[in-house]
Amino acid sequence: MNIAIEISYLISSIFFIYGIKKLSSPKTARKGNLYSATGMLLAIVVTLLDQNVLTFEWIIIGGVIGSLIGAVLALKIKMTGMPQMVGLLNGFGGGASLLVALSEYYKITYAMPLNTGVAILLSLLIGSVTFTGSLIAFGKLQGIVTGKVVHYPGQHLINVLLFIVVIGVGVYLLMNPANATLVLIIAGVSLVLGVLLVLPIGGADMPVAISLLNSYSGLAAATTGFILENNVLIIAGALVGASGIILTLIMCRGMNRSLMNVVLGGWANAGATDGAGSEGEGPKGDVKSVDAEELAMILEVASNVIIVPGYGMAVAQAQHTVRELMLALEDKDINVRFAIHPVAGRMPGHMNVLLAEANVPYDKLFALEDINNDFANTDVAIVIGANDVVNPAARNNPRSPIYGMPILNVDYAKTVVINKRSLNPGYAGIDNELFYGDNSLMFFGDAKDAIGKLTSEIKNL
Amino acid sequence: MDVTSFLMLIYVFVLAIFVGFELITKIPPTLHTPLMSGSNAISGITIVGALLSAGAEEFTISTILGLIAVILAMINVVGGYLVTDRMLKMFKKR
Repeated sequence: MNIAIEISYLISSIFFIYGIKKLSSPKTARKGNLYSATGMLLAIVVTLLDQNVLTFEWIIIGGVIGSLIGAVLALKIKMTGMPQMVGLLNGFGGGASLLVALSEYYKITYAMPLNTGVAILLSLLIGSVTFTGSLIAFGKLQGIVTGKVVHYPGQHLINVLLFIVVIGVGVYLLMNPANATLVLIIAGVSLVLGVLLVLPIGGADMPVAISLLNSYSGLAAATTGFILENNVLIIAGALVGASGIILTLIMCRGMNRSLMNVVLGGWANAGATDGAGSEGEGPKGDVKSVDAEELAMILEVASNVIIVPGYGMAVAQAQHTVRELMLALEDKDINVRFAIHPVAGRMPGHMNVLLAEANVPYDKLFALEDINNDFANTDVAIVIGANDVVNPAARNNPRSPIYGMPILNVDYAKTVVINKRSLNPGYAGIDNELFYGDNSLMFFGDAKDAIGKLTSEIKNL
Repeated sequence: MDVTSFLMLIYVFVLAIFVGFELITKIPPTLHTPLMSGSNAISGITIVGALLSAGAEEFTISTILGLIAVILAMINVVGGYLVTDRMLKMFKKR
């Protein structure tokens, strides 16, 4: 291969690494993304100069169509729809890797060395699982596919069998490289496997699923790098693979669950057995509710307020209204901060992006470990559309399915206000004892309407 | 390909994973969504393989697969970088 092209790929890799490094601060992050994009542009341009690239009409057609679709998606998507967008992009990346692996196979069929064969096999498997898995994740987030935990008899056994089929046929392929039917079987079974692996995962577990698929899309690119013996694909793929794995582990830690437990759709099982106790106990007392006017008066005398947003805020598109509330409170010289649970929303950092969209300064957003000790010194904690991540049962009820999960200690605040549409339990299907606490006030209503009303009451004081 | 050059690829892969771990653990939670979409765009590097497939001299089944791969990878690259930029420009200090 041409030395100049190889060196350009090395420079591309450096751009990717430096770009990710710049993401370590919101101040430099935008520049980092630009560096990373520059690396990509360089890689594309030098590839076009490769001596194996001889016809350009298909490249131009594909490039224009892909760029247009990508640009329209990126500019049209709402910030609340970001998890779907990332899910979809993961899928396209995986799909591209799958197709490149297939295409390479058809080029070299009869002279496939063992290592290339293994790389093609892995690329087909990971690319396919990423492709269909991400499309299902997209469907779940978009509401096309059920967001519930799906169970059917023998699901784990079926998945294991399918995996064994892929590996078995794969080994047979390595011994009979010329048999193209085997390749199609591997791809087909892997595509089915992707659907079956993601289908059982429930909506609130999506942060884990999306992170894991993100990692897969990187690994798929890396395996294509092994097929093409191309270092830039291997490096870029490995970086993304590592990134996805780290986010996956952070999400799992945020729910105090193992990766296995999430992938196998665990919470529903746990709820059916261990959770029986908490369901049987029924409501633990009366809830006190509050209206906007009373709440405004409570807030008027507060000096410290922490707002805890959850998926409900995203569903109600209430981020701008929440910012209005912040401004109204700050006008009364009240210190307002936001506490963000790692698994709030449907993907890592989901709440942060929504609040950034609404112009909430990022230095007002605090991660769980940075703010959890401050609730005891807080006058009012306002929970907006969050449920399981503030359930004290995780701390003090060993029989609860979410026991051991790190939660935001909103119940330590002098007053906790919970904005919710109704008393329905959260995703985990368990009652939230927070609602019945002595210092708890329920503020019923759609987040956008209720918080809007509250804000105008505060302004009228 | 001989064993040594294959081992070199594994070397590169393993070291890049370590670099990735080092870099990503330093990224604050507030930027985790842009990190995902941005790294997503990077995984569109498969475009390199797609271009090599779609640009082959003879038109074969490999070219068709390559063409579709170019479309998917370009959606990933263009969509990923643009949406990441759109998000990152919203992050402001007071």
